[in-house]
Amino acid sequence: MQHGRHTLSVLVENKPGVLARIAGMFARRGYNIESLAVGPTDDERVSRLTIVVGAEAVQLEQIIKQLNKLVHVLKIVELDVDASVDRELQLVKVTADAQTRSQIMEIAQVFRAKIVDVDHDAVTIEASGNPDKLAAMLGLLEPYGIREMVRSGTIALSRGTRSITDGSKLRMQRVV
Amino acid sequence: MQITGAEAVMRTLEALGVDTVFGYPGGAILPAYDPLIDAEFTHVLVRHEQGAIHMAEGYAHATGKVGVCIVTSGPAATNLVTGLADANMDSIPVLAITGQVATTAIGSDAFQEADVTGITMPITKHNELVHHPERIAGAIKEAYYVARSGRPGPVLVDLPKDILNATFEWEWDDAIDLPGYRPTVRGHGKMIREALDLIAGAERPVIYAGGGLVRAGAAEELYRFATRLGLPVVTTLMARGVFPDTHELAVGMPGMHGHYAAVRALQEADLLVTLGARFDDRVTGKLDAFAPLAKVLQVDVDPAEIGKNRDVDVPIVGDLKVVLDQLNGVLDDKADEHDRFVPDAADWRAHLADMKRDHPLRCEQPDTGVLKPQTAIRAIHETWGDDAVYVSGVGQHQMWAAQIIPYTRGGQWINSGGLGTMGFAVPAAIGAKVGVGPDVPVVAIDGDGCFQMTFQEIASAVQHEIPVVFCVINNGYLGMVRQWQHLFYEDRLSQVALPQDLPDLLKLAEAYGIPGFRVNTVDELDTVLSKARAITDQPVLVDLRVDPEEMVFPMVPSGASNDELLESAEDWHARVAALKS
Repeated sequence: MQHGRHTLSVLVENKPGVLARIAGMFARRGYNIESLAVGPTDDERVSRLTIVVGAEAVQLEQIIKQLNKLVHVLKIVELDVDASVDRELQLVKVTADAQTRSQIMEIAQVFRAKIVDVDHDAVTIEASGNPDKLAAMLGLLEPYGIREMVRSGTIALSRGTRSITDGSKLRMQRVV
Repeated sequence: MQITGAEAVMRTLEALGVDTVFGYPGGAILPAYDPLIDAEFTHVLVRHEQGAIHMAEGYAHATGKVGVCIVTSGPAATNLVTGLADANMDSIPVLAITGQVATTAIGSDAFQEADVTGITMPITKHNELVHHPERIAGAIKEAYYVARSGRPGPVLVDLPKDILNATFEWEWDDAIDLPGYRPTVRGHGKMIREALDLIAGAERPVIYAGGGLVRAGAAEELYRFATRLGLPVVTTLMARGVFPDTHELAVGMPGMHGHYAAVRALQEADLLVTLGARFDDRVTGKLDAFAPLAKVLQVDVDPAEIGKNRDVDVPIVGDLKVVLDQLNGVLDDKADEHDRFVPDAADWRAHLADMKRDHPLRCEQPDTGVLKPQTAIRAIHETWGDDAVYVSGVGQHQMWAAQIIPYTRGGQWINSGGLGTMGFAVPAAIGAKVGVGPDVPVVAIDGDGCFQMTFQEIASAVQHEIPVVFCVINNGYLGMVRQWQHLFYEDRLSQVALPQDLPDLLKLAEAYGIPGFRVNTVDELDTVLSKARAITDQPVLVDLRVDPEEMVFPMVPSGASNDELLESAEDWHARVAALKS
């Protein structure tokens, strides 16, 4: 993990425009998003974002505080690199003919990746893992010719039993 | 009971206790203007939507309540942008209601369609495009609550026309569903004790009082705290009056055009007791040379302000009124140990008093008859007095009005600080007057450049019988720009001349059907102002012809350290000469 790279798990209300609010806040304050993944949670009112940011400590504190100011943001947790699992999903279409196909499949196997499509001149590999592992696999596949690839943003969870939703129930307020 | 969405808007505003709405009708908001005829609140018809939102801001500044404006979609909504950005920078509670094209037309580039929630996202505290009539009451009451709570700010609610026209079953309750919005109100107990210890150990403490104190309505609590511990107070541009300038602990205004003693107080302090202030660049000058000897105690309701520009030794997140109450509460509880909390700062206070005495504002009125703007502003204050509310635009007149008038209460001085919005004064003064009512005079001290950006709102004041005094400090220039061109661009004046007779302000007053007065020389000043003072039942316009070349001092050159404060033009020329030799 490179210096200044931080993974934030962010719970947000599942409301229109919430992603634009977050992306806009990063853009207008000059913060850098390295990766972003959004998806539903087990509560339909809540979405979960995993944001990987490149920032030093002082800036990271501002990012978290500014995120917290957004009315639709419910909770932010910075995941500890050593105490969390992070994964990306990668699909790679590699040039493969009768001679190279078996070598490529062997590489895929080493990385516990799956072949999800085969054609005369290409195979498509699905791999998941942390960014380092995916980069390593891509490095080995490169000599065969990468026709196309796509990679998701990082998603991550803390290890152990604790959960981000511990102690944060959605609740109604009364007017003050 | 079945009602329309438009009726729901009215009922919600009534239920929230809104007494005045500033607005302008048009296509998409038309359905709301029908039940508005029977609404319990007053509607002030403006002449431009920017006027509506600045009036709402002026109202909010003067009363501490949420200012409300209502306009239609597209160009009307985009005309609110400047005011929203202004309110966002200065933390002014404003509720903006905009019409929107029908939900079926959204995204089709329909007539008068604009993505208003998208456009205003970065300049509002929050906003919402309403998709169902059942959501109208919730959206508006939540917007109202978000606008005034925590760190106040502008909130916009966008209402499509078909939602306003739809009928639905009306239900009201006061519940608010904002699970992600819970401002911290009380300060952390441990931090409260640490704050008091930090102050007790200081030798050169100074309270750096910001606009947050005015927003929190914490003037009384501040007064108790500062006076019982003997802490000198500087009040920023946004905080003028929150601690009375007439008090011996008041050191004045810090910043680029601040008072000498106040600027020095921060530079020499060993502790900044920062209350609702945000280390703005206009206060700090060159940031790493700002208050170099000081530890920092910072109290703010917005956690993101703490440590944003300057490292903090003791941070307290909370509402300033509550936190100051907590601090005063500890001092009350431990009254028998009172001396333990009081810093030994008598020498420091004496030093500040010396600086105040030895470095007053320099503005001499020559006997040539030419009216100095500072003399004009001093006379305006003497004429309308300490009870009046003073509202300014942006530029030289703003700085003079902030420096010269001794303010004695929060909300008495209203201006556009963070955004620096020219044209703010005329509409903001009208809104302030609506807020403070008939017994308190409201005097706009405007510049001739600013005035011409929004003077069309005089018509609103006339039509709604809102008796505001409009004083134009008419120097025939964009004075502050001219000052910078003179000082920093070798006097190469570029596009800053505004002929003093264009327009003729007496004829303009006549055109609006209001009394107009002109002051040409210093001799006429008092007589003319007392004539204007005598008129209290309608707006008045006073054209004060002042020395076109007067500059604002003290001044910290842009980007320079506060240690390089220049007290006069002579200081500047000496500095330039020294650099050249």
